[in-house]
This record gives sequence, structure tokens and C-alpha cells, in this order.
Amino acid sequence: MNDTVSRKLVLSHFWVAFVAFILACLMGEYQVLERSGFVPALESASVYFASVSTHGVLMAFVLTTFFIMGFGYTIASTSLKQPIWNQPLAWGGFWLAFVGVVLAALPLLTGKASVLYTFYPPIVGHAAFYIGATLLVVGSWVWCVIMLVMFSQWKKNNPGEPVPLAMFATTANAILWLWTSAGVAVEVLFQLIPLSLGWIDTIDPGLARTLFAWTLHPIVYFWLIPTYIAFYVFVPKQAGGFLFSEEMARIAFIVLAVFALPIGFHHLYMDPEQEKGWKLLHGIGTFVVALPTLVTGFTVIASLEIAGRLRGGKGLFGWILTLPWTNPMVLSVILALLMLIFGGFGGIVNASYAMNAMVHNTAWVPGHFHLIFGGTTIIMYFAVAYYFWPVLTGKPLFCNTMVLVQLWSWFVGMVFLTTPWHVLGLLGQPRRISTVVYNNLLTLSWKPYELAMILGGLILLISGGLFVYNLAKSQLQPVSETVEQTIEYAQPIHPVTSLPNYLNGFTFWNQVIAALMAISFGLPILQFFFMKTFGSSGWGY
Amino acid sequence: MQTEPSKSTNPIRALCDQFNAIHIDHLERRWISISLLVIGLFVGIITIDAFFHGVNPPSKVETIDSASLHLSEEFAEDNLGVSVNQNGEIIIRMVAGRYSFFPKHIDVPAETQLTFRWVSMDVLHGVHIPMTNMSTMIVPGYVAEVSTQFPSPGEYPLLCNEYCGLGHNHMWSNISVIAKEDWKAPVKSSIKGDQQ
Repeated sequence: MNDTVSRKLVLSHFWVAFVAFILACLMGEYQVLERSGFVPALESASVYFASVSTHGVLMAFVLTTFFIMGFGYTIASTSLKQPIWNQPLAWGGFWLAFVGVVLAALPLLTGKASVLYTFYPPIVGHAAFYIGATLLVVGSWVWCVIMLVMFSQWKKNNPGEPVPLAMFATTANAILWLWTSAGVAVEVLFQLIPLSLGWIDTIDPGLARTLFAWTLHPIVYFWLIPTYIAFYVFVPKQAGGFLFSEEMARIAFIVLAVFALPIGFHHLYMDPEQEKGWKLLHGIGTFVVALPTLVTGFTVIASLEIAGRLRGGKGLFGWILTLPWTNPMVLSVILALLMLIFGGFGGIVNASYAMNAMVHNTAWVPGHFHLIFGGTTIIMYFAVAYYFWPVLTGKPLFCNTMVLVQLWSWFVGMVFLTTPWHVLGLLGQPRRISTVVYNNLLTLSWKPYELAMILGGLILLISGGLFVYNLAKSQLQPVSETVEQTIEYAQPIHPVTSLPNYLNGFTFWNQVIAALMAISFGLPILQFFFMKTFGSSGWGY
Repeated sequence: MQTEPSKSTNPIRALCDQFNAIHIDHLERRWISISLLVIGLFVGIITIDAFFHGVNPPSKVETIDSASLHLSEEFAEDNLGVSVNQNGEIIIRMVAGRYSFFPKHIDVPAETQLTFRWVSMDVLHGVHIPMTNMSTMIVPGYVAEVSTQFPSPGEYPLLCNEYCGLGHNHMWSNISVIAKEDWKAPVKSSIKGDQQ
């Protein structure tokens, strides 16, 4: 990362991501406030659902995709120590994705695409929304190609050498994303765009939901993998220690990439268009993919313990106190792991084939994914941004205390937002409602929790604003001379000098993924062409 | 240590050899074993429940033309609501449409096996009776069938839990669960209008 051009490339990606993020934070706080009914003047279903749709798209598609692309370019150029391949192409991908975002934003913000970020056909939004979302994905495919080319070029130039772990994992993510996005791409290209343009009269919502389920689980691992990369390659070094095991890290990333894909039917447990056998198969796969997270938890905590003991920590838990809690990366990983433990517990409940019926589509579910995505994943995005910033801008962070305040407040805000949200789900509150109009005693018990959520959302909004302020202020501050900081990758305790092929490349694993996808999605998709189905015409909302 | 895939005819054997060639700390091996045991326990419970106790989510792949429900025999207006078939089973046929569930109100017995058959007349809906497992997605083009029992009598809300349009949160109704001994099977075609 020693040329200004690629710095500009990465900063452009990050700023698109973070501007999208802070706009979406603002909408999030509006939404908890509107939904609670405490401010009658705010109440408007059309504004609410336009806001929810935009919030989801900005957080889940724009923030993530742009952050991951910028992150990948940084990892590729610094870990492989070579310039980004074909920078004009990388800029092309950026602009394609950016134009897509603008195109999708127009109908979203004007209430012409209030179909939520999960689309929900046969409700139909404006065609520009689907076309914009497609361009965003195609732009990210450009990034995938660049990652794959850089990965294979490096391997060709360094035969027999282990590919640096960070790049290995980033490439795993690019491959995962290509497989992942195929499902939703087919849905959008063959169902939603033709329906919204009036080229076809009806679509099968069952098929649409099956195709979306193809994408819906692995997409969260696409978002999560940069967080895990930071866990493995940055955290141990920042804490002052070593990575516990590089081989296990590679195995974790492979199992994540392979098993995240064939398990999407846990989103369809409650759906009538798929057989229970397929749901159970995907359900078992969902538990298998918990394994790499358990391994990651072990490796990261073991790496932290090594660091804590090297810093003089004694006793069973004494090493925790000697960790550098004022290092943003170390603080973030501790908070991320805390949220991962509770979020993971909720995830096990959701994954449980039959128990899921009790929480399906209740407020429990957004509570869960805000904790695990907004909490665990995003707090590491913050940490990565803070770590990369001096490298990217040539200027130090203007105030470390402000950074720590921002990270702590994000964690506190998440606790206040998501704990009551989970409870509301258990108390039966459905998700995706703009007001509570049910004439039932049950709803009285919801009020105090909604109040707590408003507070949580407010803390998060302030914290999000502080994050953007910290980055902008650091970048804009006048400095007499630029700092030369480099990105340091953690060393494993047992240095890896050579690796078996299956831990250093993806040819074999792509074949495994193809086989698993054929097994788990082949018949469930083909059935729609063999049985007598009835299409649905499009509906407004 | 670069081990090429062996020329052995057994690729699985070759893969196992490669796996054994890497270094994994004994503590980490132990942790992986514990993790696998825990995962195995969860998967085991779920699988046993599914196969031996019949605990499954609603998964009857049955199609129907949502655009012509009113012309279908089963979901025609005077056939909706609670009915008892010739085997004595209680079947409850319900239509979901923006923004209500039809019929608006039903009485069902407690502690009795009930089979709900849900269809949509327009878009995607979901229905949940909070704190029970009477939950299913209602996808246009498909019949969603759920079998369950309500253990205790009372008034339960019936809520749409899938975004179906701007009036989504107005889509709800109530269901009365009546003590088993007080419940009487509705006479055929008495389900028109309000039974209250």
C-alpha cells in the first residue's frame, strides 16, 4: 500500500461504505421511534417502510460490499506485497457498483421500492431498484476477479509457498461471494426485473424464495469473513502475541466457505414449498457451520491468552487484565466476542429446525442479526478502519480516547438495542411492523422494551456519528509530516513453511461446493419445473 | 512437507494422509472433539424428534391457484373456518389476504389436535399465534398446513408476521380456544358470518 493511487481506491470504497452506514444509522433511530408510537406526529407507514427498505439495503448491501472490496484491495496489496492488478478495472468495478447504488436509491428514497432488502415477491417495486442492485453485485464480481487473479499470479510466482493467510481467506471470501450471489442473481434477472418491467405476467414466489434462500445464508458469511480475518491476522499482533494456529485458521475459512453455502433452507423452515427432508438436511448443515466459529473462538482466545501471558499476566484469568484494552483492535475483539457468544446462542435457537417456529419472524430475529451483524461484525469493521486509516491517509488518528469511547458506546448501544428486541420476540411481537395496533392485552407488555430500544438506537446513532467524525477529523487534520505506518500481520507460533495443496488453494474445494450445492439445491429447485405450479401476478404495496 | 496427492487409487485415503500431515495442537484437538460432541448432541435431538416424534415444521408441498380460490371447492367462502371431517379430525381452512385473516373469528377446542390449512389470496403472508408453535409462512400458490394443539383455553391473537404491504400491521385477528368439554363442532355452513 505504498502508492497514492491504490490508497485513493481503498479510501473511495471506505467512504461510500461509511456514508451509507451513517445514513442508515439515522434511519434506524427514526424507525425505533416511529414504531414505538410515542411520537404520534412521526407515524407514517409509507415513510416507515421506505426507510426500513433503505436502511436494509444501505447496511446489508452497500456498507458491506464497499467495505469488503476496499478491505480486499488492502489485504491483497499489503500481504502479497504487490500492486493491485489492473487498477482501471478496479475503478470500473467501483463506479459500476456506485452507479448501481444511486440507481437503487432513487426509487427507495421516493417510496417506489418499499419491498424491503429481501424483495418479497410477488410484491413488486420499481425496476430501477432491481437493476441498481444488480449493478452493485456485478461491480463486486469485478473485485472477485481481481482477487482471484492476484491470488493465482502470486501462487504462480511463488510455487510451493503458502499463500499469506490474509490473502488466502480473502480469496475464500471472493469465491464464496461468487457462489452466493448466483442464487439472487437468477431470481432478479429471470423473475423480478422481467416482472417489474411487465415482460412477464406472473412468477412463482416459491421458486423466488428458494433462490433467495440460496443467497441468504452465505451472504452473512461474506460479511463476517473480513471480521474473522481481522481476528486471525491483526488481533494477535496488536495484542502483543502470536497466532495460535495458522493451519486451523485456514481450515476454519475453508469450512466456512464450503458449508455456508448448502444450508440456506433454515430461512425456509416455515415455508410450504419445500419438503421437510430438505429442511432437515440444511438444518444439520447449519449446525456443521457452527464448527468453524467455535474453532475461531478457541484460536482467537488462545492467541489473546498468549499475548496476555507474554505481557506478564498470571493465573487462570489474570492474562485478561494485562491485555492492551486501550488498543482499538484488542478492545474491539473482546467486545465482538462477547456479542458473538450471545448472538451465537440466539443463532442456535433459530437454526433449531422445529423450535424456530416459536421465534420465526418475531422481533427476536432482527434482534439476533443486529447483535451478530451490527455488533460482532461491524465493530471489527470499525477496528479495521481505525487500523488502516493512518496507513491510508498518512496521518495518525487524532485522538485514541475518542476511538475507545466510540467502540465502547457502540457495544453499550447494541446491548440496549438488542436485549429488549429479543425479549419482544419472545413476547410475540412480529417483526416488520410500523405501529402496534393490535387490540390485545399482550401489547401492553411490549412498551417498556420499545422505550429501551429507542435509547439503544440513540446511543448507536451517536456512536456511529462519532465513528465517521473520528475518521474525517483524522483525515482532514493538518499534519506537518506524514506518518509512515505499515500493516503488520500476526505471526503464527509454529511458522508454516509448506502446506498440503488443499490448504493452499481452492480447486478441490470448488468441486466440493459444486457437489454439495447440487445435492442440497438440485431437486428443491427442479421440483418447480416438474410439479403443477400456479404463478402469482405482481402486486403493489 | 509439500505432499502431492498420492497416486493411490483411493482419493479419500490421499486426503486423509494430507489431513494428518498438518500440525494441530492437542488442546485444539480436544476442543474440536468437544465442539463436535455438542453439535452432534443438538443434531441428534433434532433428528430423533423429527423421525420418531414427528416434530417438523410445516412442509406439505401442495400447490393451489391463489388467483381463483373463490372458485376452488375447498377454499370457497362457505367452506372456510372450522370443520370436522368424516374421520373426526378437526380441519381449519383459513384464507389470508390484505389485510385480514378469513373468517375473522373462530372457536377451537383446547387439548385437541387441530390441522390448519392456510392459503393466500394475494401476496406473501405469515401467521403466528404468539407463544405457540402455530406458525407458518403463507406463500401464494401453496397450501400451508400446520398441525398443533393449544394446551390452555383463552383468547389468542393471530398476527401476520410477514411484510405484505403498507397495512401489514393492521393484519390481525383473534382466535378463541375453548375448554375441550365446552366446544361443539360447528354445523355445516354455520360458519358464514359471525358466530359470536
